Amino acid sequence: MSSVAPAVEPAAPGRASGLSATFEHVRYVLGENRVTAFAFGLLIIILFAAIFGPYIVPYDPLASDTAAALKPPSAAHWFGTDQLGRDIFSRVIVATRLDTFIAVASVALVFLMGGLAGIAAGYFGGWTDRIVGRIADTIMAFPLFVLAMGIVAALGNTVQNIIIATAIVNFPLYARVARAEANVRRNAGFVQAARLSGNGEARILLVHILPNIMPIMIVQMSLTMGYAILNAAGLSFIGLGVRPPTAEWGIMVAEGATFMVSGEWWIALFPGLALMIAVFCFNLLGDGLRDIVDPQRRT
Amino acid sequence: MTAQPLLDVHDLTIEFTTRRGIVKAVQHVNISVAKGETLGIVGESGSGKSVTSYAVMRILDRAGRIAEGSVMFSGIDVKAASENEMRDLRGREISMIFQNPRAALNPIRKVGDQIEDVLRQHVQSAASDRGEKAIEALEQVKIARPRERYHAYPFELSGGMCQRVVIALALACNPQLLIADEPTTGLDVTTQKAVMDLIVELTKRRHMSTILITHDLGLAAAYCDRVVVMEKGRVVETAKSADIFARPEHPYTRKLMRATPRIGVSLRDLLPEEEVALSSASPRLRGEADARSAAGEGDSPQTALAETAPHPDPLPAGGERKQKPLLLVEKLVKEYPRQGAGALLSKLFSRKPPVEAEVFRAVDGISFTVGHGESVGLVGESGCGKSTTSMMVMRLLDQSSGRIAFDGEEIGAILPQAFARLPQRKSIQMVFQDPTDSLNPRFTAARAIADPIMQLGNIRGRDALRARCEELAGLVGLPVNLLDRFPHQLSGGQKARVGIARAIALHPKLVILDEPTAALDVSVQAIVLNLLQDLKASMGMSYLFVSHDLNVVRLLCDRVIVMRAGRIVEHGSSERVLGDPQDGYTKELLTAIPHPPLPV
Repeated sequence: MSSVAPAVEPAAPGRASGLSATFEHVRYVLGENRVTAFAFGLLIIILFAAIFGPYIVPYDPLASDTAAALKPPSAAHWFGTDQLGRDIFSRVIVATRLDTFIAVASVALVFLMGGLAGIAAGYFGGWTDRIVGRIADTIMAFPLFVLAMGIVAALGNTVQNIIIATAIVNFPLYARVARAEANVRRNAGFVQAARLSGNGEARILLVHILPNIMPIMIVQMSLTMGYAILNAAGLSFIGLGVRPPTAEWGIMVAEGATFMVSGEWWIALFPGLALMIAVFCFNLLGDGLRDIVDPQRRT
Repeated sequence: MTAQPLLDVHDLTIEFTTRRGIVKAVQHVNISVAKGETLGIVGESGSGKSVTSYAVMRILDRAGRIAEGSVMFSGIDVKAASENEMRDLRGREISMIFQNPRAALNPIRKVGDQIEDVLRQHVQSAASDRGEKAIEALEQVKIARPRERYHAYPFELSGGMCQRVVIALALACNPQLLIADEPTTGLDVTTQKAVMDLIVELTKRRHMSTILITHDLGLAAAYCDRVVVMEKGRVVETAKSADIFARPEHPYTRKLMRATPRIGVSLRDLLPEEEVALSSASPRLRGEADARSAAGEGDSPQTALAETAPHPDPLPAGGERKQKPLLLVEKLVKEYPRQGAGALLSKLFSRKPPVEAEVFRAVDGISFTVGHGESVGLVGESGCGKSTTSMMVMRLLDQSSGRIAFDGEEIGAILPQAFARLPQRKSIQMVFQDPTDSLNPRFTAARAIADPIMQLGNIRGRDALRARCEELAGLVGLPVNLLDRFPHQLSGGQKARVGIARAIALHPKLVILDEPTAALDVSVQAIVLNLLQDLKASMGMSYLFVSHDLNVVRLLCDRVIVMRAGRIVEHGSSERVLGDPQDGYTKELLTAIPHPPLPV
């Protein structure tokens, strides 16, 4: 409906610029899209738990109390207790910080590596493109989780290595999306204009092209965020991630799994639920985020 | 029109629900089309001409709805008809030709199959002879060797060919009404003529009615029986096409007619009457007024101007330089390997070297000059190499051979990447064809204008930059309060002004204008052309004006170079080339332009 758009434009008054306009825009997108608003609500809860978790939980997540071991959910222990008598509610909340940290850090890392490599490949083409493309292909040739396992096993069981492994596994996704997007734009008019303005190649990439790719990259980041959480939990579940007794959803599910058969369902269920909600939240967030970040939507 | 009209649109109002409430795209429109009549709907973008036709087909966006009025098509109430009835109507009774023929065709299906689809959909023929019917349809739109073309994919055909296929599709079921929505926008003038002649011939022969939607008054006048002029969702005038040019009633129609470039008028004549008096001085006056108002706060633009004004000029000024042309191009050649995109793919996926690279000469040894303060038009149809030439002069593209000298210095040998940092970069700038595509969607207008200054200029500091941007905005007549908007919040004309402001920000000596008005409405085009002319006079720039529109070139350029297939076929002063063309191709180009009758 291009013919309608100009009719709308004059209606746009001199908009309040800056922060208030951004806030107004976010409010509009959320109002328009209930699902995104719901995901945002979840995100706020998750972030709140990640930041303030350790200060608000009723019990020390690491303190064991053998007298109160394997108690089902009750008023004192909302999510029950595990085999060492630790409060599962406290542990689930406290674990939010570690799990989201791993996810955020690995996504940030892969965005830097994959995103930049991809943009460079798409923009320069030629050898850069071939090298980045083959690296991505090589990584994709492995079952991703097995590759992550291999990397952690080789480098050692630390949070840092989990982050690196998760980032490497996601590299092809970012590189390919960024490459495709940059490739489309490398001869766009505004890039030519930037060349005429005397911008160097690196500056064109970072200042002119990268911001235009951000909307789609942010959707990608939101989606892989869920995957990164699962990956970190998965590594911990099979014993290659964070070591006990650290509170972490994957380990907690792993520990709880052995008690499932004897009827103590709550030990695995609640961390599993937390994991599910976090992944769910990040997946839902993607589309809404794109609407917020994309300036075209700010008519 | 004594009989019942074929299509009767009565008091039609169409509303769109948008974020800012309800927008009335079309208001109280009355249009009727008699059987066998060709009706032109003329209007600029946003006038609601396309939306009206979408309502007739009932293919409005989900946000749009017919709020009032009725659409009757040969006794059927389109507004009340069920979706099933509409589906029968579309294609069989009313069909449509869209603006972009490539987008209208499915890129991965053979054109013959696509025609068969339509036939099958409306059960027009038995399965056995459907193929023959499709070939016949291709034959009727004068596609050479229809039997071979039947198996062609859209990407294997030229733009004009694709539009012919679309016409064949639209006419395959012998509809009663054909709606052509800007059928020739984006096609070359000679192709446009061929396509329009074809449409008129076919529809006349079949006694069909046609609605031609266009922004081009000349086109409407040449091919339509009656013309409806629309402005801002309303019909402002309906008349026989002969009458509308002889006696335009509505001021808007007069304004449109004035703005259409034609023979025997000057640039100033294109502007609306009331603005002519103002215009000769207006952009500069406005610029100065803005500069004065900006001078109140912090750095004065006068000092900013003084800082940029003295460009590094290695050559001694004087008589010696006067004789030398500003730009000298000699035996310029650009060759491409013939495979195009396929070569890139095979390079990526196969180890073996590409099969012997046959070369295609996009630019085949051309030579020309552009003098100081001169504007030269580079004219030709798509694929003639004019854009490639401008890219090479611009140093965005490396030439295969030949030399380019700018202001006495060889620049042809400098690689495009290296050129970005040289002082000459400031002196050669460009205004791009598509104002939307050439502005970074994430930069505000001010940021876009400031970009070259930040990279190559010597204005530092936020306030000085801002002042310079406001000064430039004043020069190109862009309201200062629009500087903080993003491109999508600006209209086409405003975007064009931003592009021009950016190009002149560094006081270039040569500006290459690559069809700067091709994407603009005629009234905006008139203003932008005048602006360019004023700027040239006040800043002493030279223009290389790349265009396919001879009427526009005639207005702005001192000399014209006509290109075809990479070679120059004719060159000389605008008056001479366009008034008394020597080359057959130039003549062909000139006769293909649809001319509106001269206003009295």
